[in-house]
Amino acid sequence: MSIVMAFLIGGLICLVGQLIMDLTPYKVTPAHILVGFVTGGAILSALGLYGPLVKIGGAGATIPISGFGHNLAQGTLEAVQAKGLLGAFSGGITAGAAGIAAAVIFGFTMAVLFNPRG
Amino acid sequence: MADNNKQAGPPKKPLTLAEQVKQQKQTYDQQAYQRLADSVKPRPRVVVNALNAFWIGGSISALAQVITLVFTSAGLNTRDAASATVIIMVFIGAFLTGLGIYDEIGKVAGAGSIIPITGFANSIVAPAMEYKREGFVFGVAARMFNIAGPVLVYGFIVSVLIGLIAYFLK
Repeated sequence: MSIVMAFLIGGLICLVGQLIMDLTPYKVTPAHILVGFVTGGAILSALGLYGPLVKIGGAGATIPISGFGHNLAQGTLEAVQAKGLLGAFSGGITAGAAGIAAAVIFGFTMAVLFNPRG
Repeated sequence: MADNNKQAGPPKKPLTLAEQVKQQKQTYDQQAYQRLADSVKPRPRVVVNALNAFWIGGSISALAQVITLVFTSAGLNTRDAASATVIIMVFIGAFLTGLGIYDEIGKVAGAGSIIPITGFANSIVAPAMEYKREGFVFGVAARMFNIAGPVLVYGFIVSVLIGLIAYFLK
């Protein structure tokens, strides 16, 4: 059941991104989409709107890049509770550390191992 | 167009009024047709793109949910399972990009392959691989952050701002 909900929520988030790319008059690149969804996810999360989506959709809400924004925001909010002002700076990046480190390590490894096609 | 013809070819007879009218009507008809085509063409593309983004983005999320379930049944709590899933998905995205498969998926999926965290991994590996010949510092390491850099910059800015707002509202 949770797999079906992940499919639906994850699919819907991607659908929204695709519609933004196709229906807005601006030239929206993948970079714009990624930046927009991270900041959007973080803001929605801080307003308490993204948490329910994670409850319903599980990985369907955490795997889209907006879930990374949610992760940053929640990490910051918790760290502010625990450590005050220092937490505002350290919390988000601490929460996102696993994903960022994985992206750097695997990204570097694959780029060294493989060559582009064509 | 008319000027070009005069310069390129031998001098032509000046057009009669009837010919001019006919020519203008032709270009007008072409423009009208183009407008009609433009107004009709994008619609099916938008629908097809949206459906492809939906089912491929959804499938990637469903796969991630399966991985999360495996981790939670292995005894990780919800949060650690989510982190571990992100690591696995980043690995899958980076690996498929290295093999050249992810970009093929991306041609069909559009945002469905960009928005999941696998797309973030793809945005790191693709330029790093492409610019490898520029060396391991300015090629691979610098280009990794072509797209990931802005994502991290804005992600960090927003998260610190949220923290500051939460701190001062408390």
